[in-house]
Amino acid sequence: MREALVQASYLLASVLFILSLKSLSRADTAARGVDLAVAGMAIAIVGTLMQQTVIDYRWIALGLGVGTVIGIPLGTRVPMTAMPQRIAIALTFGASAATLVGIAEYHDHRETLALGQRIAVAFEVVLGSLTVAGSFVAAGKLQEVLPSRPLTYRGQNAVNFALLGVIVVILGAVVAGKGGMPLFYTLVGLAFVAGISLVLPIGGADMPVVVALLNSYSGLASAATGFAISNNVLLVSGALDGASGFLLSMLMSKAMNRSFTNVLFGAFGSQTATPAVGAGTDLVATPISAEDAAVQLAYASNVVVVPGYGMAVAQAQHQVRELAELIEKRGGEVRYAIHPVAGRMPGHMNVLLAEANIPYDKLYDMDEINGDLSRADVALVIGANDVVNPAARTDPTSPIYGMPILNVDEAKSVIVLKRGMSVGFAGIDNMLFYQPRTRMLFGDAKASLVKLVTEIKAL
Amino acid sequence: MNLTTLMQTYVFVLAGFVGFLVIARVPPLLHTPLMSATNAISGISLVGSLVAAGAGRSVVSTVLGTIAVTAATINVVGGFIITRRMLGMFKRSDRRKSDAPQA
Repeated sequence: MREALVQASYLLASVLFILSLKSLSRADTAARGVDLAVAGMAIAIVGTLMQQTVIDYRWIALGLGVGTVIGIPLGTRVPMTAMPQRIAIALTFGASAATLVGIAEYHDHRETLALGQRIAVAFEVVLGSLTVAGSFVAAGKLQEVLPSRPLTYRGQNAVNFALLGVIVVILGAVVAGKGGMPLFYTLVGLAFVAGISLVLPIGGADMPVVVALLNSYSGLASAATGFAISNNVLLVSGALDGASGFLLSMLMSKAMNRSFTNVLFGAFGSQTATPAVGAGTDLVATPISAEDAAVQLAYASNVVVVPGYGMAVAQAQHQVRELAELIEKRGGEVRYAIHPVAGRMPGHMNVLLAEANIPYDKLYDMDEINGDLSRADVALVIGANDVVNPAARTDPTSPIYGMPILNVDEAKSVIVLKRGMSVGFAGIDNMLFYQPRTRMLFGDAKASLVKLVTEIKAL
Repeated sequence: MNLTTLMQTYVFVLAGFVGFLVIARVPPLLHTPLMSATNAISGISLVGSLVAAGAGRSVVSTVLGTIAVTAATINVVGGFIITRRMLGMFKRSDRRKSDAPQA
């Protein structure tokens, strides 16, 4: 009877988790979705504590207490700009829980585990340990404690593939029931080394894909735990998490015009930057003064703001909102065009703008706004470069050819806020800057925006 | 493969399909809250950790289990709080301000 109640609590929790994710498909129901997930979690925890196998609550209380004390500041204090590394650290915690449970399971029951369970435990600790180390390195790169550029050496891919090969062989031996604890710990250790070694060569700009992929691994590690200890709620939520991470990393790779394998193993190619096409030719970008740009914006009736990571780095979201409010007060309409990889993780830019009190119904996805950009009086590009480069549509020899971009070049006029004429991540020049309809407002994004606000107020 | 493993695979595969279908409908606007929420939900590995920590099986299991409970709890508590906080920032413009999701 008690066991049936436990299983019923897991079923209820699984249903609540699915409904929670469903609520996340709309902004106005999303917050309720979180409540559903919290309820599901509480029910699953109470159910587990009722299990007959749980006899000692002292250590459980200690873990729950310490975890809560650490978890609260991680929830309340972390700024939204730090969200990508916050997620990466959370993946480290989640995966370490799965890995430790796997080790405990193998330690206590390795003599009696069935073949299916040995497979599950082996995958659990390999995926878990790899995710722990990989996410930790990713977090370090995102926080810029570690250099965010790709760290490479000659023969790196060969070393990584050899490492993965050794892991597969040992995994096979563990599944076959050979080697006991020493071989099992070797497997955990090698997966950890592989996690570090695989993420080090990946550059900061590619992190959205990596974080999403690690999210998927962490989900699969939980699902493997579910197989190992016959727990359905772990199977369900692991599958949900795995699917979510996998889908998001696919979307991100597509938005960056890269294949999975290219993101994961392509660090070498990305280091050879092609020289700027503008250099050596007679193309000249036309500068504009803040005064003239302000006039142009003040009298525009349809403005589209294109924020890039440069805007987030300059922490200029609040100045953008101020500028938009001034334009709106004068009767203009301001919308925001968000490229999928505008931030450092999927959807990051939307959160940064929402934090600056910009209403979410003014944020438009690339597909929603691209057909409409030709009607914009002014497209204001702030710290974005490759994602507005028309070469992606027009120049088959360009390294970004085929990448989905925001068609800013179709707008009636374009103002680009940019520090100087440097190239973007892809290392290529941007023909948008040399268009007759484009004006460049050089300088720090935040300082330029402050000037624009002052000028418009003075009009 | 025995029957239990087969039934587990059944559950896993179907949940995976549901996951793909549900998550494919989440707009890019909410992708960061989605990742944050799935992260908090993945704290469900807490249920495995609780058993390892509280079943009194071996010292190794109790110690590793307790660390695992701590790590998973951090994700559950911190993850849900930050997701709520983030979604509280998503507001509609002017006229419908009262309908905006509350934090």
